[in-house]
Amino acid sequence: MSLLFRNREIEKGASQRLKLSPARRFVMYWVHHVQQGVASLGELTRNPFASFMTMAVLGLSLTLPTTLYVLVKNTQSISAEWQQASQITVFIRDGVKPAAVQTLQQTLRLNKKIAAVEWVDKAAALQEFREKSGFGEALDALDSNPLPDVLLVTPAQQFRSSEAAKRLLFELEQNPEVAYGKLDVQWLTRLHALLGLAQDILGGLALLLCLAVVLIVSNTIRLNILSKKDEIIVMKLVGATASFIQRPFLYTGMWYGFVGGVIAWCATSLLLWWIEGAVTRVTDLYQSQFNLAGLTLSEMLVVWAFAIGLGLLGSFLAVRRHIKMIEPS
Amino acid sequence: MIQFEQVSKTYPGGHQALSQVNFQVKPGEMAFLTGHSGAGKSTLLKLISLMERPTTGRVLINGHDLRKMSASQVPYVRRDIGMIFQDHRLLMDKTVFDNVALPLIIEGYSVQEARKRVHAALDKVGLLDKVRHYPTMLSGGEQQRVGIARAVVTKPPILLADEPTGNLDPKLSMEIIRLFEAFNQVGVSVLIATHDLGLIARLRYRTLTLREGRLIDDGLQPEAQP
Repeated sequence: MSLLFRNREIEKGASQRLKLSPARRFVMYWVHHVQQGVASLGELTRNPFASFMTMAVLGLSLTLPTTLYVLVKNTQSISAEWQQASQITVFIRDGVKPAAVQTLQQTLRLNKKIAAVEWVDKAAALQEFREKSGFGEALDALDSNPLPDVLLVTPAQQFRSSEAAKRLLFELEQNPEVAYGKLDVQWLTRLHALLGLAQDILGGLALLLCLAVVLIVSNTIRLNILSKKDEIIVMKLVGATASFIQRPFLYTGMWYGFVGGVIAWCATSLLLWWIEGAVTRVTDLYQSQFNLAGLTLSEMLVVWAFAIGLGLLGSFLAVRRHIKMIEPS
Repeated sequence: MIQFEQVSKTYPGGHQALSQVNFQVKPGEMAFLTGHSGAGKSTLLKLISLMERPTTGRVLINGHDLRKMSASQVPYVRRDIGMIFQDHRLLMDKTVFDNVALPLIIEGYSVQEARKRVHAALDKVGLLDKVRHYPTMLSGGEQQRVGIARAVVTKPPILLADEPTGNLDPKLSMEIIRLFEAFNQVGVSVLIATHDLGLIARLRYRTLTLREGRLIDDGLQPEAQP
């Protein structure tokens, strides 16, 4: 394009290109970009150690939040299971006859909201307590059984959420035979609060690490730009636009993210494999079957896109600031 | 082609490099710009190539006022001007081919499209056999000719040269000037800044003379002036 002179011969090349069909021009545009992208990848291999260091920093910085994310995700899935299995303990008022308790049990069994009712007889409970607690003799000194009859109520599938179970508990407490009921959701509430805390920490940590990644990439690109100062000056002298000069550096940033993202995948899988043994041992203690779920395909793609985005952002910041400052004089 | 109207340039710090310069270079004209070091030759060329902006007055190329060119338009202005430097300004880690092809690549040519033109430009400066060489493998005179090939590969209507013969012996200098003459003969306006008065004396071209920022001789014969 010539601003000062019309009909310059140099225009011929450009006008010939203008005759290309839009589809072909579109294809050529991308071919051109791919060529430049590959060229800047080649540039990276000229200085493999420094490039790899930046990629590794980017990848490893993303590994920590990614791993934490996977752990939080897994904990959430476990706590969801636990929440499903909530059970209501109903204590029967003292002095209620066994026959009345049995009637209550029958009534509750007919309730659609209830899946199962187990009656723990106070005599049986005392026996069990005597055997397990080691207070056998002390219990003998009591003239009456201090334990109440207990009904263990398991809510039906659709009434197992924390809220529905609470409503069911309230309903059960309306029965005259019932002294009070207990739904142990407090520990679940605490677990959720802890999970929320972990998520907030994860968010803050991820934000800080992403910021660090952007700064590191930006600084590396800045050094790249400064080391090519003479080349940039020459390009400006022969009429290169800022965007033409910027492009290879932006591609470099993109490649940092591209490889850094793959490093983040590998490091995350490695880290999860490393802690999986420990996690299994912990869950075995709770006698639960548990498999640590890794990153799904879409999550991996998100991590990748994130890495590339950070690489691009870092190089964009460097390029915007430093290429403008380099001027021929 | 190139027109200066009452152009003054004062650098930050107060140094006045040019004051009240008026002259015009016509299309297809070849002229020398001379003066002692620090007389303002380089500043004058920088005002044409928009590496500097005048403090007052205006510079026109082909009737276009360069004051109106925004920063984003500067690259496009430079594409119309072939520039040659005393220190060649070649990319030392690129081959002669890549150096000469650079302005074409910037214009959006593919390497295949550029090849023919690069070869033609190198042929003109007599370096077609050095196309795969690196600049460091060439002599000073050859490097300068690569610089010239790069400046003319896009066939710009204007050539500016800042001390193009600065480091060369008289014989090589004359070869370089003959090259400029050849481009001038095909219609390119050429402005060469040099302090090599001996070289100018042997040629009969218009010579503009600067002294301490003032144009003391615009090289036109008195009877030619209106």
